[in-house]
Amino acid sequence: MATAEHIENPPAELGEGGVRRRDFLNIAAVSVAAVGGVATLFPLITQMSPSADVLALASIEVDLAGIEPGQAIKTTWRKQPIFVRNLTPQEIAAANATPLADLRDPQTLAERTQEGHGNWLITLAVCTHLGCVPLGAAEGENRGEFGGYFCPCHGSHYDTAGRIRKGPAPLNLEVPEYAFTSDTIVKIG
Amino acid sequence: MSFPWARQYDPKNPFMRWMDEKLPLPRLVYNAVGAGYPVPRNLNYFWNFGVLAGLALVIQIVTGIVLAMHYAASGDIAFNSVEHIMRDVNSGWLFRYLHANGASLFFVAIYIHMFRGLYYGSYKPPREMVWLLGLVIYLLMMATAFMGYVLPWGQMSFWGAQVITGFFSAIPLVGEEIRVWLLGGYAPDGATLNRFFSLHYLLPFVIAGVVILHIWALHIPGSGNPAGIDVKGEQDTVPFHPYYTAKDGFGVGIFLILLAIMTFFLPNYLGHADNYIPANPLSTPAHIVPEWYFWPFYAILRAFTVDLILPAKLWGVLAMFASILLLFFLPWLDRSPVRSGNYRPQFRIWFWVLVLDVLILGWMGGLPPEEPYVMISQVATIYYFAHFLIILPIVSRIERPLPLPNSITEAILRPGKGEQQAPPGMGSEHQPGDPEPRPAGQEA
Repeated sequence: MATAEHIENPPAELGEGGVRRRDFLNIAAVSVAAVGGVATLFPLITQMSPSADVLALASIEVDLAGIEPGQAIKTTWRKQPIFVRNLTPQEIAAANATPLADLRDPQTLAERTQEGHGNWLITLAVCTHLGCVPLGAAEGENRGEFGGYFCPCHGSHYDTAGRIRKGPAPLNLEVPEYAFTSDTIVKIG
Repeated sequence: MSFPWARQYDPKNPFMRWMDEKLPLPRLVYNAVGAGYPVPRNLNYFWNFGVLAGLALVIQIVTGIVLAMHYAASGDIAFNSVEHIMRDVNSGWLFRYLHANGASLFFVAIYIHMFRGLYYGSYKPPREMVWLLGLVIYLLMMATAFMGYVLPWGQMSFWGAQVITGFFSAIPLVGEEIRVWLLGGYAPDGATLNRFFSLHYLLPFVIAGVVILHIWALHIPGSGNPAGIDVKGEQDTVPFHPYYTAKDGFGVGIFLILLAIMTFFLPNYLGHADNYIPANPLSTPAHIVPEWYFWPFYAILRAFTVDLILPAKLWGVLAMFASILLLFFLPWLDRSPVRSGNYRPQFRIWFWVLVLDVLILGWMGGLPPEEPYVMISQVATIYYFAHFLIILPIVSRIERPLPLPNSITEAILRPGKGEQQAPPGMGSEHQPGDPEPRPAGQEA
C-alpha cells in the first residue's frame, strides 16, 4: 500500500474536484464497515431487553371474591408485586377529602380506579422511589401516616388512594392497565 | 521511563538470556517491581496499600474462579448452590468466606490508598493520570462488588439489585426503559442474575487491565513520597527490590492475618442476616442497606428529601454519582504546587475534617432513614461537596505552605529542617549547585 502511494499518479487518475479512485474506495470501505459495526451493536444491545418468555407473562386474572372491605392482597404480574385493595367507605372518603393541591403527583381517587368499581384500588406494589415493596397490605403492617402504604426502605408514605404524600418517592403508586371481566374477576395487563 | 541510575537487567543464566531475547517478560518484571525500579527512600507504610490492593484483587480472582466452579446462576437454584458451596463442597465455606471478606478488605485497602493519595497530593502533576486511572478502577470495583453481592440471591441481594437498578429509573424520559433493559425484565429475575454473573466474572479482568495501566502511568514519573518533593538524585532512591518488597511483605503479613481473623472468627460480621433468606419478590426486608463500603454514597443518595425543580429522587442519584465524578476533577481543583499535606498547615486540618465527614456519612448510610440521621447526612453531604468545590480551591490559593526540605535525603536525615545547607553523609553526594528549594510540581 505504502509503496503504491509513491508511484507517480498520472494526473488522468484525478477525477473531478481532485478526488481519486482510491479516496472513493477508502470512504466506501470504511462506511460499509461502520454500518456493519453499528448494525451488529443492535442485537448486542437488544439481547438484554426482556425476552419473549418474560413478556409472555404479561397478563393475569385475579379473583376478587374473597377480599373483604379493608383487606388487601398481594399478587404478581410480570414478576412485579401488585396490591389489590378493597377500600372501606371511610378510606374512600379520606382519599376524596384530600385537596389536590396537597399532592406531589395530583390525581383523584376516581382517576386511579374504574367507574363502578371505585372501591377496588389496584396498584403496583413497587415504591416509585427505588422499587421496594411498601408495607400496608397485610394485617398489622405499618400503613404510614396517611393510612395507605409505607415504604420501609427510604420512608415514603402513600395515602389510601396509593398517592405519594411524604418521603422521597416522586410519583403515586403506578396503576396498571386492567379490566373487569366480571364483577369479581379482574384481568391485569 | 526510569531514572538513569536504575539498575539494568543483566541475566547471567543462558536460558534467561535466551528468554530475554525472545520475550523480555522477566525484564519487564525486573523493571516494574524488581531491582530495576528506583523508589524514593522515604516511603512510609501508607505506601503499602497499592500492593495490598493488588494482592486483594488476586485473592478475589482466585477464590472467585473456585466459587464459579460450584455456583449456578439461575434464579431457582442460585441460593441453594451457595448453600451447597457452604455445606457440601470441600473447603467451599473457606473460599466463600475468603471471597466475601476479601472484598471488604479490598475496599479497606483501596480507601486507605485513596486517602493516602488525598493527603500526600498523589493526584497532582505529574501523576494526574495515575489518579484518574485509579478512579476508573474504583468505579469498576464498585460495579463488580455490587453485582457479586446479588449472586447469592438472598433477600439483600434481590432488594439491593432492585434499589440500585432503580437509580437508573430516575433518569428523565428514558429511565424506566434503561432499568428494564439492565434487568432484562420488569423486576430482578433469572435474566438479571445471569447477566450479573457474566459481568461479575468479566470485570475483575478489566480491573486487572486498568491496574496495569495505573502502574504504567505511575512508573513514568516514578512513585511519589511523603515529603512530596521530586527525586533529585540517586541518593534519594532505593531499588524496589529488596527494599520495598520487604516493606510490602510486612504489610502483606498483617493483611493476611486480618483476612484470616475475619474469615475464621467473624465471617458474617460485615454481612447481613437477611441475605440468608432466599430472595422473595413479594417482601422487602425492613431495613435495606448495601455493604458497608457503599454506605457514604448511600447516605448522600438518601440526603435529598425535597423536590427542588427536579424530583428529590433524581437529585439524590445525581449527587451520589457526582460525589465520585467530582474526584476526577480533583487535580484541577487543588492548584497548590505543594503536594504533601505535611507542609500544608491549613489543608491538613480540612483533610481530617473530610475524613471525619466521610466516616459520618458512612455511619449514617448504615442507619435507617429517620431523623436525626437524615439531617446529619444532609449536613455531611453539604460539607463533602463544599470541601472539594469551595474549600480546596480557596485553601490552595491563600495558604502559606511550610518550607519544603531541599531533598528527600535531607527530609529524612534532618527532619523538620527546611532550607538548610546540604546535610552531611548521603546528602553530601549532591551534585554541585543542586538543591535550590522550590515547590514540588513546578518542574513537572
